[in-house]
Amino acid sequence: MGTPYFPGCTLSTKAKSFDVSGRAVAEALGMPLDELTDWQCCGATFPLSTDNSMALIAPARILIQAEQQGDPQTGTGKVATLCAICYNVLKRTNVALRERPEQLERINWFISTDTTTQGLTYHSKIEVVHFLEMLRDDLGWDALRQKVEEANGQNRVKGLKVAPYYGCLLLRPPDEMGLDDPEAPVILSDFLRALGAEPVEFAFQSECCGSYLAASKPDVPQALSNTIIEQAAQAGAQAIVTACPLCQYNLDKRAATARSTAKLPTLYFTQLLAIALGLSEEAWALDGHYIDPAPLFAVKSEI
Amino acid sequence: MINRALVIGAGIAGIQAALDIANSGHEVVLVERQPSIGGHMAQLSETFPTLDCSQCIMTPRTVEVGHHDNIKLYTYSEVEEITGGQGDFKVKIRRKASYVNWDLCTGCGVCQEKCPWKAPAEFDRGVGIRKAIYTLSPQAVPNKPVVNPEVCVRLKSMAEGGKLKCGACLKFCPINAIDFEQQETFVEEHVGAVVVATGYDLFPQMRLPEYGGGKIPDVIDALAFERLLAASGPTGGKVKRPSDGKEPKEIVFVQCSGSRDPEHGVPYCSKICCMYTAKQAILYRHRVHDGQPYVFYIDIRAGGKGYEEFINRAQEDEGVVYLRGKVSKIYRDGDKVMVWGSDTLSGRKVEIAADLVILSLAALPAEGTSEVQRSLGLDADKNGFYISADGELDPVSAGVPGVFIAGAGLGPKDIPETVAQASGAAAKVLTLFRQVG
Repeated sequence: MGTPYFPGCTLSTKAKSFDVSGRAVAEALGMPLDELTDWQCCGATFPLSTDNSMALIAPARILIQAEQQGDPQTGTGKVATLCAICYNVLKRTNVALRERPEQLERINWFISTDTTTQGLTYHSKIEVVHFLEMLRDDLGWDALRQKVEEANGQNRVKGLKVAPYYGCLLLRPPDEMGLDDPEAPVILSDFLRALGAEPVEFAFQSECCGSYLAASKPDVPQALSNTIIEQAAQAGAQAIVTACPLCQYNLDKRAATARSTAKLPTLYFTQLLAIALGLSEEAWALDGHYIDPAPLFAVKSEI
Repeated sequence: MINRALVIGAGIAGIQAALDIANSGHEVVLVERQPSIGGHMAQLSETFPTLDCSQCIMTPRTVEVGHHDNIKLYTYSEVEEITGGQGDFKVKIRRKASYVNWDLCTGCGVCQEKCPWKAPAEFDRGVGIRKAIYTLSPQAVPNKPVVNPEVCVRLKSMAEGGKLKCGACLKFCPINAIDFEQQETFVEEHVGAVVVATGYDLFPQMRLPEYGGGKIPDVIDALAFERLLAASGPTGGKVKRPSDGKEPKEIVFVQCSGSRDPEHGVPYCSKICCMYTAKQAILYRHRVHDGQPYVFYIDIRAGGKGYEEFINRAQEDEGVVYLRGKVSKIYRDGDKVMVWGSDTLSGRKVEIAADLVILSLAALPAEGTSEVQRSLGLDADKNGFYISADGELDPVSAGVPGVFIAGAGLGPKDIPETVAQASGAAAKVLTLFRQVG
């Protein structure tokens, strides 16, 4: 039985390649992801006002689903995510409901009396994890390095200079997320090193890409993403790696459309991992990029 | 009652306390872990608000300590253990191996001249270099060198047990004072009272990754900038930035770097930064006439005689641009250091392409403070500073009888306040000697 997995809306649509590569590498590493049998959108934003219980209902339902799918005896278990935004919303909801029993009670009352979720309540027994976290804590970097080395064929990621890009939501707010230091994160660099790639650390690793403003004020993400791409390129990166579909979209779109911007492709970490493990090209899921990353992974001549 | 006192730390607080007690006719044992005395004040270029040369006003005191009949000076030494109590403390002092016979050494300096091995000088906060055999400064008291075993090739070759290398100092010393066989020694002293004057250190830059984490060469701390301004410093008082030695034309001061910042574990104000930053900005303007200093600040804390006027002088007469806001990010872009901040008075985001950035790092209790606390049974606050018996009415007495505290070990403070506390602690010691003895 695999880890209960919440893909989220974006990974079912725009960021399909993240989902496809993610499931494939998880399978290949022997730590499969089991999609929740019934799920809906997490809400995509964590509410800033503490009395906004409505906004917590959607993520709470997902946590209940995970509890149902967890250990039937105890209800304990994990729910894994790939999307940094879903991870942020679910993890913070989980923390909030643990810290605010009155709000949990209120939300449980609402959900358990709703016709579609009759009788269901959340017991705060689920741990929300990001797949990167599972690689680090459950598998371990040394084991990952070994798996990559044992993989068949040439490691096409070896020596590739990749800028780790975290964005905001994977790391912040640090007290609640607790994944890594938001100002000096290392998890993606460690991941890249385990793959045999060369992490190119740069000053904009955890700066904002402009996020949702892509919809309402596109000039904001254009300017912000531009700086991120330029700084990564100046630092010598050949590609950018991320764990957030919105970051991927903003950076990739900007690199493709602005004439002056460096043409750096932005990949999901799971795509790089699929390539490093020598999985099939379907698992790489390299279609759907504005800047085609495929040339970086063309088989190098043996001469 | 033994009418002798131990003073731990020979910065300006320890020096003042030792001199006051010694000049009253009592013996003082003064212990300093550095090779020479003076502490942080010896690193400073000028002092605020008078712009006196720090070395010049301090040297008469350091020299007096060096020659005083009543002061037994142990430099390059640390207090290892203290037992007993008021009236009779037994103090075990560890004298580190300097590899130089100080009884013979005349301080001629030939060894330092001939030594071929260099390393960044801690005294210059990394902006200067020193030899493997060194004194802290040309004005060092005592003017006796020590050998750094981490840099000295001779000592390293001895440790490896192979062929002995180098030995330049050994060859050139005219009176054969170099002694590579020297070992650390322990001495025991008996005293009746103790003055703790262990001072402060700076918040480590590496704990501020948003400001470059110490990896950007042209982002330095304020003590390093003192060394760049100091006439006796590594650049002879010329302002040259570390990366390429160019004269910086636009410099940015960042106040409260780490301090007043609970996120970084330092909720308190470091108290001295507003004033020394204004001083440094003024001194910079005096050295680089076409240079532009900017100061990011939360608010200006200039409580003290002549202090507010000094800030006004910086702002109105010396052309220092003050920007009220925090700096969120510092990063390197080509040969510039980019500073992102806000100006909360105009409500705008500010971006400055600077040549040099100076961080006013939080003042922390000096390294070793907690060891002193433990060995004497003193109380500490949650930030690690000593607590006095009564913060209002008995600020220099420790909770332990016979122990007194002065200076920045109690909390960040400037030179005048430090010296006043030191004299206060000395008076307490003398009162004790009179009462009991």
